[in-house]
Order: sequence, then C-alpha cells, then structure tokens
Amino acid sequence: MLWIIVIVIVLAIIAAGSYIGFYNSIVRTHNWTDEAWSQIDVQLKRRNDLIPNLVETVKGYAKHEQKTLTDVIDKRNQLATVPAANHEQTMAASNQLSDSLKGIFALSESYPDLKANQQFGQLMEELSNTENKLAYSRQLYNSSAVNYNNKIQTFPGNIIAPIHNFSKINYLETPSDEKKAPKVSFND
Amino acid sequence: MLYQQIAQNKRKTWLVMLSFFCLLLIIGAAVGYAFFSSSLLGIVLAAIVAAIYITVMVGNSTGVVMGLNHAREVTDTEQYPQLWHIVEDMAMVARVPMPRVFIVTDSSPNAFATGNDPKHAAVAVTTGLLAMMDREELEGVIGHEISHIRNYDIRLATIAMALTAAISLLVNIGMRSFWWGGGRRRSRNNNEGNSGQIILLIGSIVVVILAPIAASLVQMALSRNREYLADASSVELTRNPTGLITALQKIGNSKPMKQADSASAALYIADPFKEKRSLTHLFTTHPPIEQRINRLEHL
Repeated sequence: MLWIIVIVIVLAIIAAGSYIGFYNSIVRTHNWTDEAWSQIDVQLKRRNDLIPNLVETVKGYAKHEQKTLTDVIDKRNQLATVPAANHEQTMAASNQLSDSLKGIFALSESYPDLKANQQFGQLMEELSNTENKLAYSRQLYNSSAVNYNNKIQTFPGNIIAPIHNFSKINYLETPSDEKKAPKVSFND
Repeated sequence: MLYQQIAQNKRKTWLVMLSFFCLLLIIGAAVGYAFFSSSLLGIVLAAIVAAIYITVMVGNSTGVVMGLNHAREVTDTEQYPQLWHIVEDMAMVARVPMPRVFIVTDSSPNAFATGNDPKHAAVAVTTGLLAMMDREELEGVIGHEISHIRNYDIRLATIAMALTAAISLLVNIGMRSFWWGGGRRRSRNNNEGNSGQIILLIGSIVVVILAPIAASLVQMALSRNREYLADASSVELTRNPTGLITALQKIGNSKPMKQADSASAALYIADPFKEKRSLTHLFTTHPPIEQRINRLEHL
C-alpha cells in the first residue's frame, strides 16, 4: 500500500515538474519575440529622429524635389500616429516609409553636390543601417514567432497554452517587392 | 537540417578533441621514454604543459591571437561605421553579444574570429576586405565569422591551437635533451638491454618526429569541417547566399596575405597563404573555395 502511495507521489512530482518546465519554455520563447519587437521599435524611433535632419540637408540641394520630401515627412508622421501595440499596422506604415525613403536615396544620383556632401553621406550610412537593422530584427521577430507558435500548437503545448491564454503570434510581412529591406550601399 | 548538422558537428568535435588529447599523451609518453627513460614522467609533463597552454589561451585568446596577427582594435563606430554596423546587425540576428572589432592592415581580403565564448569574442577583418567588398558581401563574411562565434568554433580552434603549440613544445624539449645527452645515456643502458627496448626506443623517436604532422592534420580536419557549417549558418543569418558567394569569389581571386600568423591560419575565412593544393586535401586548413561556393549554390 505504502509503495503505491510513494509511486503516485513521485509521478505527481514528475508531472508537475514537466508542466512547469514546459510552461516556462513557452514564456521564454514569447519573451524572445517581445525582445525582437523592442529592437524593431528602437530602430523605428531612430529612423524617425533621423528623417528631419535628412530633409534639412537635402532641401538645400534639391529644391525641385519638394514632393519627394513632403511624401517622406507625411509617411513619417503617419507612422508616429499608429498605436504602438499594433505590430502589423506599424510595420505596414514603416514599409511605406521605407519605400518613400528610397526616393531620397535615389536623389543623390541626380544631384552630385548632394552626393558629395559629407553630412549627407553620414546620414545615408545611418539610415541604411537602420533600414538593415529593421529588416534583421523583423527576421528575428518572425523566427522567434515561429518557435513560439510551434511550441503552443504542438503537443503538449496545445493543451497547456489555452489554459494560460497563450495565443498565436502573427508574422510580420516582408515588403512584397523584395524579400529584404532595401540593401543600399553608398560606399562603393 | 542545419541544427542536425550543428549537433553532429559537436559530437564529432568532441571525438576529435579527445583523440587530440590522447595524441598529446602518447607523444608525452614517447618523449619521456626516449629521452628521460620514463614514459610516466613524459605523460605528466605533457599534461602539465597542455594545462598551462590551455589556461593561458582560454584566458586571453583574443589578446594572443590579435597580437600574433598585428591587429588593432576599432573602439568607435565613427572609425569604420559600415563595418561596425554590419557586425552589430549580424550579432543581433545570431543573438550573440557584440564582439570586439579589429582591423588588420593587409591589402589581401580576409577575416577571422577568435575568443573563448560568445561573451569574450572578437572579429577581425583586413583593410583589403573593406576596400574590396560591398555591403552585402561584407555581411556574408561577417555572418560567417559570427557563426563561428555562435557555434563555439572559436573555443575549439583556440584549444586546438593551444594543444598544437603544446605538442611542438614537448617535441622541442625532447629533441633538446636528446642533443644534450639524455639520448646517449639511454643508449649506454641499451648495451645490456634487450632488442625489445631498442624497438620501443626507435618507435618513440618515430612518434616524436611524426607528432607535429599528426597534430596539424587533426587541426586541419577540425577546421575544414567547420567552414562549410559556418558558410551555411552565415546564409541562415543574412538570407542572402549571393553576398557570401561573390565575397568568396573575390577572396579566391586575390593575392595571399603578406604577414599572417601560421598558427592561426585555420581561423581565417579562407586560407591566408593560398598554398597550392599540391599534396592532398589533408594538408589544407580550408576546403577549396570552388567547393564552398558550389555548396552555397545548392543550399
């Protein structure tokens, strides 16, 4: 009789232990995606801070490109109004901003003086750096989300997850025209 | 697929490291037997020498390797903004801390990573690499180096370097004491000894002569395997095989480095000396570039 009780207790401890262990691993993978998102957030803020400087620098050289500049400013302000919690909408606005920024990147080709401007060169490196970091942190976010989703959708996660209200994380879409963010290189 | 490859690689590595260590002890025994008439003394000596070398290398591998290769540290983003940013990017996707960044002044394009673990790691690139590569290619190369860091290849390379150095020191000690009389004392004793002892003695000397070759063979095999894995991991990070492929092509078509340290040759992304594969594949630290490109194209 005593033996049965001991065996039951041991089994209960093992079950509880593995339950806690699995719960913790779900939380851990969820935190990875949060961390990846905060990386994205940092880059979005950084880019929004850089854009006014960029516009100021370009204005003096490219007077006839008012449209391109206002477009970038509009997109930037638009991005700032998107609620931060909405990841998909934020990224959609960010992708639009990336697109209109490419317009400014292209300007340097038609304005040699602008291209030669040292401050513009620095801003370009800074901006392409944030664009690349955005692309990479999005990649990190998505791969973390895959890990997390796999965990909660397969056994035994599919039993544990609903109990603690873990829900699927949606992936961030990459811009349709290319798999990666603009890979601009100004140093060749 | 890649994770299986990493796991398989780790298993294989421990096997190789174990045989490396056995090799060291056998050499110690041979040196001891041939030159000090005691294989036990040799084994103890070998273990002590190896322990000292490993401790020193593991404690300060970055300092030692960077010193050997005349690298200077980049401490500020402003010095090499593009390089710094790319290292940041790759470290971020690989989820390793930002490594220290070093520059080697050499017009031949090359790069290497070293350190003991991802928290104490460093990458170095040559000035030639920076001059020759565009952003995507640099990303491929840095991704390769960061993969070495993430896969703990840097620690293995460090330990392998330490063991190779320990073996060559042991052989040196043995040879020296042979010239300074240890061997002669031994041969006097042999007059009354039996022929078995002589055979053992000759065997020991052969082991001592072949030891450094065996050590570098193991080190090279270790390194060759890991290059493919780092190439594949780099593409996993950048999602862009073309960058690494064109980078490897450019590296393959360029001149060898002027002053690379031969002990750390295995650390570089491509053989810094570009020796012709005149002997066999066994004697190269890196797989042929064409073969690496071929594998990347079929990922």
